Amino acid sequence: MTDHVVCALSELPPGKAKRVMIGTRAIAVFNVDGKLSAIADRCPHEGASLSQGQVGGVIVSDRPGEYRVRTDMKMVRCPWHGWEFDMDTGKSWCDPARMKTRSFGVKICPGATLEEGSYSLEVFSVSLQDEYVVVTV
Amino acid sequence: MKDAPPRDTAAISGLIDADIHPRNPQRHDLAPHASAYWAEMFEYRSIDRLEMMSQPQSIGLNQHAEGAQANATPQDIARLHLDPQGISAGILNVMSGAHAAYDPYLAAALCEATNRWLAADWLGQDSRLHAAALVPFVNPDAAVQEINRLAPDRRFVSVLTPLMGEKPLGRREYWPIYRAMTEHGFALAIHPGSIYRHAPTQSGFLSYRVEEAALAPQAFASQLASLVAEGVFTEFPDLRVVLLDSGLSWLPALMWRMTKDWKGIRLEVPWIKEAPSDIITRHVRMGTQAADLPQDADQIARVLGQFDAANMLIHASDFPRPHATGAGVPDWLPQPLHAAVARDTARATFVRLEGLE
Ligand code: FES
Repeated sequence: MTDHVVCALSELPPGKAKRVMIGTRAIAVFNVDGKLSAIADRCPHEGASLSQGQVGGVIVSDRPGEYRVRTDMKMVRCPWHGWEFDMDTGKSWCDPARMKTRSFGVKICPGATLEEGSYSLEVFSVSLQDEYVVVTV
Repeated sequence: MKDAPPRDTAAISGLIDADIHPRNPQRHDLAPHASAYWAEMFEYRSIDRLEMMSQPQSIGLNQHAEGAQANATPQDIARLHLDPQGISAGILNVMSGAHAAYDPYLAAALCEATNRWLAADWLGQDSRLHAAALVPFVNPDAAVQEINRLAPDRRFVSVLTPLMGEKPLGRREYWPIYRAMTEHGFALAIHPGSIYRHAPTQSGFLSYRVEEAALAPQAFASQLASLVAEGVFTEFPDLRVVLLDSGLSWLPALMWRMTKDWKGIRLEVPWIKEAPSDIITRHVRMGTQAADLPQDADQIARVLGQFDAANMLIHASDFPRPHATGAGVPDWLPQPLHAAVARDTARATFVRLEGLE
């Protein structure tokens, strides 16, 4: 497993998602209220880019006609047919056991620490003052 | 079917038949069970034969060899059907114009009088006979009252509605009916027939009966989709729905399609918390006649393998229609399913039958 610096944190502010490439692998990185997550950017249904999807609180209901938006749990909705995926685990809401996309570890690293580790840094140069998004593949 | 295995009739003791049609009641049958006002109106307004256009009884088509005599009295049904078939319990389904009256009070009067006629002239004559209650779906308050009135009489085991009525069956207007039904353990039976408040297809009225007969599965599919999506089974987890004379090969396609679409559109109906196919499997049962199946036993097995046939099929002969032939369960039914289809699933579905010998 290798850590890959995929972008500066400033490129992925809260509420945004980004498609990044690590080699030939497309990964969707999300920043939900400051918490990062990364899943394969390919919907297991028909392959849409999940980084283009809307992120929203999971909608639940106890009875017909009653609706609640869960504030403690958000999911991304595929832009093509609306299947929902947990951005931490890659599991779908409707069929979590069978229908899921891969998830990856992701963290924020200060630029100063990146020089010391063995990071894959193909894409850009790192400034010591900034913070970076690092995905483990 | 070629090479049908020998029938093991021992496996079908306690046979239940969920779809037997008595003749329609006429004015002289109903008047003694109606209020003075309605008895007079039946006479004055010539409310008599009560044939549904969609379920004609007086024309010669599709009739038993004995014609109108086949289901004229409980004795005829016993002689021609219950005795030779070895049926322990049969459910009478009246498909009459009582389902179609638009006047909410006439509808209530016709339904109640029909139920009273069934109780007096049929159920009291043969202990094997049970019945579906008729209730006025155009008048849900009266329907609830009628269900509550009948609740102590356990010979009424279900509520019958024609396939194509006023509105999709999942609509909330009908929920008081379902609430009363589930409180007392009535199943909901849906039988082909339209009251023609709407065209029988989404694209309009048809010219020929062959079209309408062939397209009935679309209406069944619409009703199931409505019941599932509106959350009827979420609200009434004990409700069981029995599709009669529905065919069955279309059901797996609906289950698959609805489950597929639910995955992406569930935000609109978040009370649907599990795959519609699972909901349908738990709540919906289908009668065995008339079955739209291939001839070949292997192909039949493949169709039946697409849904939980052991728990979803109920023997329903559709007597006196001529496809009600043979002894007990239909010839095409594979032997391992006999006991479930002949008896066990019906008992689990028509829970008011409990205590049956
Ligand atoms: S491609 Fe994602 S739901 Fe169809």
